[in-house]
Amino acid sequence: MEIVDLKKWFPGVKANDGVNLTLRAGEVHAILGENGAGKSTLMKMIYGLLEPTSGEIRFMGKAVHFRSPREAIHAGIGMVHQHFMLIPALTVAENVVLGDEPGRIKFNRKEAERRVRDLSEKYRLAIDPTAKVADLSVGLQQRVEILKAFYRKAKLIILDEPTALLTPQETRELFAIIHGLKADGVPVLFISHKLDEVLEISDRVTVMRAGKTVETVETAGATPQSLANLMVGREVVLRVEKNAAHPGEPILKIHDLHVRDSGRIERVKGVNLELRRGEILGLAGIDGNGQFELADAIAGLIKAEQGHIIFDGHDITRLTPAERTERGIAYVPQDRQADGLVLSFDLVENTILRDFRKRPFAKNGVIDRAAAASYTERLIREFDVRPPDASRKASELSGGNQQKVILAREVSRDPLMLIAAQPTRGLDVGAIEGIHRQLVRLRDEGKGVLLVSLELEEILSLSDRIAVIHDGRIVAIVPGAHATREQIGLLMAGSHGHSEVSMS
Amino acid sequence: MIFSDPEIWAATLSMAVPLALPAIGGTFSERTGVVNIAMEGIMLIGAFFAVTFSYWTGSAWLGLLAALICGGLTAAALAWGAIRVSADQTVLGMGINIFAAGLTTFLLNTLFGFNGTPINTPKLPDISIPGLDKIPYIGVIFQNQSILVYIMVVLVIISHWFLFHTRLGLRMRSVGEHPLAADTLGINVWRIRYFGVILSGLFSALGGAYLSIGVLNGFTPNMTNGRGYIALAAMIFGKWTPLGSFGAALIFGFSTALGIVLQGQGISSNLLQMIPYALTILALAGLVGRAVAPAADGIPYDPRRS
Repeated sequence: MEIVDLKKWFPGVKANDGVNLTLRAGEVHAILGENGAGKSTLMKMIYGLLEPTSGEIRFMGKAVHFRSPREAIHAGIGMVHQHFMLIPALTVAENVVLGDEPGRIKFNRKEAERRVRDLSEKYRLAIDPTAKVADLSVGLQQRVEILKAFYRKAKLIILDEPTALLTPQETRELFAIIHGLKADGVPVLFISHKLDEVLEISDRVTVMRAGKTVETVETAGATPQSLANLMVGREVVLRVEKNAAHPGEPILKIHDLHVRDSGRIERVKGVNLELRRGEILGLAGIDGNGQFELADAIAGLIKAEQGHIIFDGHDITRLTPAERTERGIAYVPQDRQADGLVLSFDLVENTILRDFRKRPFAKNGVIDRAAAASYTERLIREFDVRPPDASRKASELSGGNQQKVILAREVSRDPLMLIAAQPTRGLDVGAIEGIHRQLVRLRDEGKGVLLVSLELEEILSLSDRIAVIHDGRIVAIVPGAHATREQIGLLMAGSHGHSEVSMS
Repeated sequence: MIFSDPEIWAATLSMAVPLALPAIGGTFSERTGVVNIAMEGIMLIGAFFAVTFSYWTGSAWLGLLAALICGGLTAAALAWGAIRVSADQTVLGMGINIFAAGLTTFLLNTLFGFNGTPINTPKLPDISIPGLDKIPYIGVIFQNQSILVYIMVVLVIISHWFLFHTRLGLRMRSVGEHPLAADTLGINVWRIRYFGVILSGLFSALGGAYLSIGVLNGFTPNMTNGRGYIALAAMIFGKWTPLGSFGAALIFGFSTALGIVLQGQGISSNLLQMIPYALTILALAGLVGRAVAPAADGIPYDPRRS
């Protein structure tokens, strides 16, 4: 495949503005870029979801113009979307053959299952065709997506942020699959913003920035630093620079905490945990193991079923979220758009969400807009929110800048403790750097920081201590300095860790 | 003992028809992702035009055809609003119900005056299947039932096979669960949804026609009497499957039949008439076994936004 000077302009935005790329047969080619660099726009054009403004896509030596995914699939392009395009209620076989089912009028289920079984053997993607997709792990669901592509005779596989939802073990299995594809001569386009993965898996890397392809380099000659600089367009500090921690007295103590979610399912099953002043405690775990319910419970958003939360020497288990805020708890929730901000409010209104009842923002129940605005403008300057315009609606900001607004609001209240749930989710290298620096600064100021993250790298690079949560229980607490990826990954997977890892 | 009397089972079957048909129709619509609460209105329209055309043409079968066409068109209007302009499906459905009640009453008075539909309107035949009526007990149940009773039984089986064992059925279910996924595999989401909704209109109109030219041969204002809503409950009760819907319709039908039979036994008929509605509330509240709706049910699909 060859892409020549491809452009896609939306009104007011040049999403792609000169993309050039050559994909060789049998290579793993990575496209690396920050969020908003235009990677997904490019993917949508290749897959027929968007039509290019100008430029050309050549596939198998011919210029192609896909007007729908159906045409792209027909030409032999297989796409594994970041958010799986699977139907949980159907079986593996049904998902794979959907749209091109065996049979005339009657759906020939047996034949579908036989074909899927053949494919899974041919490409060494072990899976049970009769299993319901809803019952599969994320890693297995991804296999179904890859099988879907091969069922449609894909000659090229595009993987869009494929590791975003995988555990470290699953990521390793995926990489083994990619190596297998390469051995079979199937070219793979690997879209990612994660440097280490790109370096590990790809043969060549094309870096995208601001809608343009900046450079294509051989992976063998690249370093994390060189790629990061290309991505951001300036020197980036990759390592989180931090001095040794000086932990003080415990600020938060949790005793035998039990929490149920809105569906009455017990998510936190007796957690005991202690957070000290002046330390970053990382809470590592695979999504769905109760970490976010625990964070919500500490912030007071969901009630504790049983147990106690002691904050700064007082039992706050029965306090409302507002009362906890008053006592010095700051919270960056994991879903910044649903829980962190009111998207249809402007930045002034969003920054005073916690304190709008009080002076100087309100006098006698009337909001003092001027006082609030000047406060907001100060925060915008301090936290480098772009564009620096307090009258913008929160929805008009990029994800990274939205997160800066939330962090600014929470941190500038001078809290005693910050709970940060997925603070850098979906953000790019430059924005992550800034947020990590803020977390370390808070720690150095003697605050307690509870970092809840699904990104193991983030946990490892920031935490002074790491608590691993599995199935609603803390299964281990290890010092951050000595922790390894493998060790934490195994703990995250619970006692039933993958055997191939423990052997290695 | 009343339960050993085959008459009550015959009545159950008869009462189940105008519930099972719209319930299966609703299943088709909701399985493709469009919430359809307009069964009540479409039934009324089907019932009215069945009588009207039956009288005008002198043929109950042409009346039935007219009912299907009018029901299909009404459903097409619902489909257009729900699919093409992404309108709120509950509000649309409610609108159609109110519109249908007004339209049929207005046309009844305008076309037939205040005496109602003529008493010499032809109705669909009642039949007994030769051989089946010789079987003791069972034979009595199927004696002199409307031809639509038999058609319904066939439709239940075909519908279930169609939804769960054909390629189109699989595609319908996929569209109701995850339209974007179906779209990326080249399935035309909008076309499938139109198909599902219009199919639901045909089934609902058939249910309405059963009331006006199957059981009776005339139309009275609001003669569906909430059956479209009970059908909605039957569909949920039946977990969005044709067989389940039929089963639920039989339960509701039985409670109605029971009410009629027990009237002569000194139990207040008002109390007995409540049974189907009370069951409906229990079913809608999810108290009778949790049912999971299709994941994309009620959510308009706009490919440009995703």
